[in-house]
Amino acid sequence: MSSKKEPELPARPKTRFSRRGFLGVGISGGALGTALLEREAVAAPANVAGPGPVAITLNINGKPVNLTVEPRVTLVDALRNYLDLTGAKKVCDRAACGTCTVMLNGKSVYSCAVLAIDAQGKNIETIEGITSPEKMHPVSAAFWNNDAQQCGYCTPGFVMACKGFLDEHPNPTADQVKHGLGGNLCRCGTYMGVRAAVLEAAKAAKGGKNG
Amino acid sequence: MANTPDYHWPPMEARKVIGKSPRRVDGPMKSTGRARYSSDLKPKDTLFGVYLTCPHAHARVTGIDTGAAEKIAGVKAVDVLAPAGTEVQWQGYEVAAVAATTEEIAREATRAIKVEYEVMPHLVKEDDLAKAGARAKQGGERLVGDPDKAFQEAEAACEGQYGIPVVTHCCLEPHGQIIQWQGDQVNAWPSTQFVPGYGGALGQSLKVPATNVKVKMDYIGGGFGSKFGPDAWAVVAANLSKKAGGRPVKLYLDRATEQMIAGNRPSAFAKVKLGGKKDGTVTVWQSESWGTGGFGPAGGPSQPYVYTNIPNIRQVHTNVSVNAGAQRAWRAPGNQQASYLTCCALDDFANKIGMDPIEVFKINAQYAPQARVETYRYQLDKAAELAEWKKLWHPRGEAGAGPVKRGLGVAFGAWGGAGHASQCRAIINPDGSVHIEIDTQDLGTGTRTIITQVAAESLGLPMGQIKLSIGDSSLPPDNASGGSTTVGGVSTSTRKATLNALAKLFEAAAPALGAQPEELEAVDSHIRVKNSPNKSITWQAACRKLGANAISEMGANVPANANAEGLNTGGAAGVQIADVSVDTETGVVSINRYTAVQDCGMIINPRLAESQVYGAVIMGISTALFEERIMDEQTGHVLNPDMEFYKLAGIADIGDIHVHLDIRPENDKRGVIGLGEPPAIPICAAVGNAVANAIGVRVPRVPFTPDRVLAALEGRNA
Repeated sequence: MSSKKEPELPARPKTRFSRRGFLGVGISGGALGTALLEREAVAAPANVAGPGPVAITLNINGKPVNLTVEPRVTLVDALRNYLDLTGAKKVCDRAACGTCTVMLNGKSVYSCAVLAIDAQGKNIETIEGITSPEKMHPVSAAFWNNDAQQCGYCTPGFVMACKGFLDEHPNPTADQVKHGLGGNLCRCGTYMGVRAAVLEAAKAAKGGKNG
Repeated sequence: MANTPDYHWPPMEARKVIGKSPRRVDGPMKSTGRARYSSDLKPKDTLFGVYLTCPHAHARVTGIDTGAAEKIAGVKAVDVLAPAGTEVQWQGYEVAAVAATTEEIAREATRAIKVEYEVMPHLVKEDDLAKAGARAKQGGERLVGDPDKAFQEAEAACEGQYGIPVVTHCCLEPHGQIIQWQGDQVNAWPSTQFVPGYGGALGQSLKVPATNVKVKMDYIGGGFGSKFGPDAWAVVAANLSKKAGGRPVKLYLDRATEQMIAGNRPSAFAKVKLGGKKDGTVTVWQSESWGTGGFGPAGGPSQPYVYTNIPNIRQVHTNVSVNAGAQRAWRAPGNQQASYLTCCALDDFANKIGMDPIEVFKINAQYAPQARVETYRYQLDKAAELAEWKKLWHPRGEAGAGPVKRGLGVAFGAWGGAGHASQCRAIINPDGSVHIEIDTQDLGTGTRTIITQVAAESLGLPMGQIKLSIGDSSLPPDNASGGSTTVGGVSTSTRKATLNALAKLFEAAAPALGAQPEELEAVDSHIRVKNSPNKSITWQAACRKLGANAISEMGANVPANANAEGLNTGGAAGVQIADVSVDTETGVVSINRYTAVQDCGMIINPRLAESQVYGAVIMGISTALFEERIMDEQTGHVLNPDMEFYKLAGIADIGDIHVHLDIRPENDKRGVIGLGEPPAIPICAAVGNAVANAIGVRVPRVPFTPDRVLAALEGRNA
């Protein structure tokens, strides 16, 4: 980039890993983001982690997992690149598409918008923890039954978002489904199947199966 | 073998697996997150590859210094792709690449590469042809009949301007692959629509024999026409791997780069003039169109579309070269544009003469290819019936009082979809297990499932007894999944391979049944004598007669012979109707109901076929209402190379979609026809015509965003 002038950023934290939190408030891409990306690392105060790799412990699917990552590593990258939990996908990397959805303390979140170090001390549930081909969660089964998947790349995120949605709305109306799952995108166009799957999974949960 | 088996599909009423809708066989893997896409893999010692790309639309690289990047701990290889002197013609062009032990280090290293550019003038917008100057290249004029005379004699004529922008494929799994190049051996784990062709092409680029290139892909996260051969990035990953001592390199495009350089659908703008009679018959078509497919050349959409036999035609297309990433095939290439320009012009002509567009479309169906004329008339009536056209349609702009106006619009599409060349191996083992081997790929269309259905039907076995292997270059080659050719190809080769193998099993079982091999049939896991159900042995018992030797038989689809064999064919028409509401105060267009009547051949799995149509329509609605690659004239930048401002339709945006597959015996007899692309064609036109019907004026430009709707209502350009 030709511009040498950096924008004034009041109260900007001085560590590199802050860029995620900064981006997370709604500014993405563009000159501002690029300027931040290009900034040289500033020596961190003693009470701040990084910028080098740090040892962290994540509670994933009920088990503590130790790993060493740079503080700037997002939760989705930690899961995929460091732990081989690849159900969550990285697609937009900007909290727009929902393919990286996991549960954090029982709420569905975009794991591309959470730093791995910030997920310490919280219960992280990934799709690997709630369902498997041998023992399918009712939401997974409903996705299969209603052909709510084509290429399948958005499907794990959708399944997690559906689970989070049904946890909060056990008796959803069709309209609630449309709004509640608006944070996940599918390119193959499986939404008709997803609508039916959510309603079927809600019924299955009421039928006494675990949900 | 004594006789060639009868390969014909069993009669409709006799089918046990084909024509039924078992759930997709890979559904449990996909819906539990266990399906492993190539981008999920991390073979031992994998390095992460990252590109540094050019931030300018047009520039010359005057200097590049990778010294600092190479010194960063963890960086294992750096490759300069655009050395000093390289003229870069679009933003996102690959300048350098780094492989490092972590993705974070690789990104850090690309930022440490210093590149100097001489920024050069750019052209990135093509919608105003007058500003394109020398970048516009007009093609030859196509002349049929005497258009000038036809316009003089026409009882009515209408003129319109229409435009459909560049959109991207936006595959959720970005383009990329993992490559390991060690000595003279190459392992590739790509995301490709063409597993069987990938290794040969990559080998050629690397000067490694195809025999030494192993390709493996279990799942692909979307392609839509943009992922065939190994791209430049496969070669880059290979070179980085070699430089790094043979460690695998995983190089996938980040989202911004994906949106900028991994393909897009060319735009099309046109001034169209139609003339004809007041009974609705069009007699003359004239169009001047233009568009861009990026810096390189791109063909224009075929005009007039489908109604190609209009007797008087003048048509010319101009290609505009812009400083933006190159086009690639996009689900029915050229057809959405052609359908949009043609069906909107026909709708405007109907409005001009005060006729119902369904009637005008029907009258002019005489100009469709002979074999399809009656199909279109049937489908126009069927779609009108299902969409309640007679009840809901009104003349343009007469949607009643109130700010929200409802309207209906119709459009059509056409596609080929005959099966591609394909080879399949069927293995029957002495223990009764069956293995089908075919180097194809399942794009999410359900290819695995329909191959398994065909094998189960042909062998008289349950689907669960069929093991299927695909996506591996050591298997018999199928072909590229493009052009909706896969289902016809794999169903035919699987049918023939399984029946060839079964004929061998009949030979082994015949003596035990006291019959000739050709008197036998395979039904419900038994081998029995035709018309004598009592003379029967189980499948397992029959297979034990093989002793120690498995049966291994091939089957092929040879496109040149396919018509004579009747297992697959091409030619799928389709008519769709959009029912929309437009808020004339906010400009927001919403879909109420969308009806898709789809011509088809023999349907192997109705549920999966419906999913294809739903998906195609949803993708189309997304392009009609939201999608556009937006370029900035001043900076030359793509303004929305992301997924928050390059908007895709969400689950709330699609209305209710009704799919009608035209499964009638006369269509079933045609054999299998591909369905991935044909239903993706008419949507922009149907929605555009519905919007015009609702608000009384044409919104010329796709997507029909609130600003464009409001501008059209106020008579402004937008």
